[in-house]
Amino acid sequence: MDFGFMWDTFLQLLSGIPLTLNLSFTSVAFGAVLAMVLALMRMSGIRALDGFARAYVFVFRGTPLLVQIFLIYYGLGQFRPTLQEWGLWVFFREPYWCAILALTLNTGAYASEIIRGGLQSVPHQQVEAAKACGMSGFLLFRRIVFPIAVRQALPAYGSEIILMVKATSLASIITMMEVTGLAAKIISQTFRAVEVFIVAGLIYLILNFAITRIIMAFEWWLSPHLRRPSTVEPRLEAAHV
Amino acid sequence: MQQLSYFELIGFGPKGWGLALLTATGMTLAVALCGFLAGSVVGTFVAWAKLSRNLAARTLGDGYTTVLRGIPDLLVIYLFYFGGSAALGAIGSLFGADGFIGVPAFVTGALAIGIVSGAYQAEVFRGAYQILNRGELEAARSVGMHRWLIFRRIIAPQVLRYAIPGLGNTWQLVLKESALISVTGLVELLRQSHIAAGSTRRPFDFYITAAVLYLVITWFSTYLFQRAETHSMRGIRRAS
Amino acid sequence: MKLFRTISLGLLASALAIGSAAAQDKTIKIATEGAYAPWNFTGAGGKLEGFEIDLAADLCARVKVKCEMVAQDWDGIIPALNAKKYDAIMAGMNITDKRLEVVAFTRPYASGMHGFATMKNSPLAKLAGTGERVNLDKDPQAAEKTIEAWKPLLKGKTVGTQGSTVNSQFLEKYLKDVVTIREYKTTEQHDLDLAAGRVDAIYAAHSSLQATLDQPEFKDMTIAGAGVSGGVLGRGVAVAVRKDDTELKGKFDAAIQSAIADGTIAKLTQKWFKVDMTPQG
Repeated sequence: MDFGFMWDTFLQLLSGIPLTLNLSFTSVAFGAVLAMVLALMRMSGIRALDGFARAYVFVFRGTPLLVQIFLIYYGLGQFRPTLQEWGLWVFFREPYWCAILALTLNTGAYASEIIRGGLQSVPHQQVEAAKACGMSGFLLFRRIVFPIAVRQALPAYGSEIILMVKATSLASIITMMEVTGLAAKIISQTFRAVEVFIVAGLIYLILNFAITRIIMAFEWWLSPHLRRPSTVEPRLEAAHV
Repeated sequence: MQQLSYFELIGFGPKGWGLALLTATGMTLAVALCGFLAGSVVGTFVAWAKLSRNLAARTLGDGYTTVLRGIPDLLVIYLFYFGGSAALGAIGSLFGADGFIGVPAFVTGALAIGIVSGAYQAEVFRGAYQILNRGELEAARSVGMHRWLIFRRIIAPQVLRYAIPGLGNTWQLVLKESALISVTGLVELLRQSHIAAGSTRRPFDFYITAAVLYLVITWFSTYLFQRAETHSMRGIRRAS
Repeated sequence: MKLFRTISLGLLASALAIGSAAAQDKTIKIATEGAYAPWNFTGAGGKLEGFEIDLAADLCARVKVKCEMVAQDWDGIIPALNAKKYDAIMAGMNITDKRLEVVAFTRPYASGMHGFATMKNSPLAKLAGTGERVNLDKDPQAAEKTIEAWKPLLKGKTVGTQGSTVNSQFLEKYLKDVVTIREYKTTEQHDLDLAAGRVDAIYAAHSSLQATLDQPEFKDMTIAGAGVSGGVLGRGVAVAVRKDDTELKGKFDAAIQSAIADGTIAKLTQKWFKVDMTPQG
């Protein structure tokens, strides 16, 4: 192992991190909105909406993301004249937006199940109590259901975010120069695959470790009721000295 | 030259890719299945390490799952593809082989999937083990069963039963993971679609076909896992 | 435990598979890309075809060894050679100094021009020198003047090329500050993106561009600007082998020499490229 080379590679790969994070967070943000809509459709009790959301989740969870990316990027390229007519081509022309679209549609499917789980875990007593106080509709959702559901869903959503960070590596296949794309480029110049991939893996590991910590801190901040009261612990050190 | 219709393109005629796509689907199933089984072996060991009272084993097990969960699967597969055979070559030359160990793409692919899915299966097995009734283990020990017998007669059958839903999810994951193996040159479903899309310049037709084939496999295996779950849970009383 | 027996049998079988693969290594494995028509590509039904498939069969017959062609992504084709996934590469690969640092090349078996292609209605179709040839080694001044003349037209455009090729190196060296370079995994992919309008032009080997032009879907594409060779574009297409594999290199060198001498290369290039691409000198 040539550590000097690995350090150089590390420094070069750092410049791919902004794009990796950009792709992850943009698609997680759009995906969350989509997931919310899908979850509400599933729970709406309207058969057509419920059926559509189910089919959507089945299709996007049942096919590899790589196939979805190829389908959106190269597949839709086959229909350029039609897309141009509809004025959508400006969007599909850019690999960045194709990657965002594929990642968003994908995470939307997974996250909608997480959100649905969270919404369903809200104790009905809480809802009833709120109703008894005269809350209803959006106010009930905003003040009671949503905060509790978010708290419940957060650990699972945290893993989903990590999965998305990992999934952005597939965007390298459609010419995006994020961390994996840069790694492939460095390999093409140096022909040293193993060292470069180890360094790239390390970068993802560090990124995901940091994100996990942030989510954990967020979880802690959201659940003050589960924290132990901060009593002053009896200090034992003094006795030892 | 006139453009072929969709059905000519994916059909079984002289210009059709039907047979190639079907063979590739078989390859996807085969590599996913072997990878899944390899993952079960890896997963069992890792779960055992994580549950162990030995600190070193536990750290190793935890490290394994942390690393595998933090690195994109694509990178793991690349690493295994390039690094794996170099390592094998080194081991081989220790034993006097002439330094050339050609590992078929299929074996590399299946092992790579095994390594990735092993991390997920370990979590599934660990969760299932923790549901086990401690009393049964103690009872087994008190009638004099030794460790291997306890594992075979008491632990394995019950853990498998509780693990079926989790394994079903992992299987779906493995199936989708197998698409990534296409980067190593194994001609499975995605790679074949890729080749066909490039050769005919009709990407949409082939990728949509691939997506449908993946969905069919997913749908059918979900059904099988549900059957297995119902079957394994017969004779278990559930509060209704 | 039936399950246990099945698993252990499976493991044993795969161990044997590895072992036997190690034992019978007398077949020479040659990697190709399978996505670079007409050099090497995958025909209907998934069969490898092309100039290099024919040539490999001919060369192997001369050397009297059994050969097997395997498809491998271009991206990792050199690292995988050094990782001993196969013994040789025949994939339209040019001899360059950079590659010579990690692998060895035989003498070239073909050579050709490289250049731009764009859509007929694009302003880039008027790039200077279409139909002409310049060589970066033999006449560097003329070549650089031609490239200089392209710059105003190319300014701000997006050009697609296959990554880790002599073509991407050419763009990096001469036009990096003028155009946005987008790197693709295969030439087929940048062809699709040119037709889809995602890039303004593509830069590739003329031989490969010509094959694309012949397809009905690409009748509106055209080769633009002078053909360039030499310099970063390499010294001809050759077989790549591992550096320590001098025996194989020697055999292939002799085989290529005799295939050039008896006109086989001329015949095969005529068949696949419609021009004689036998390397000069």
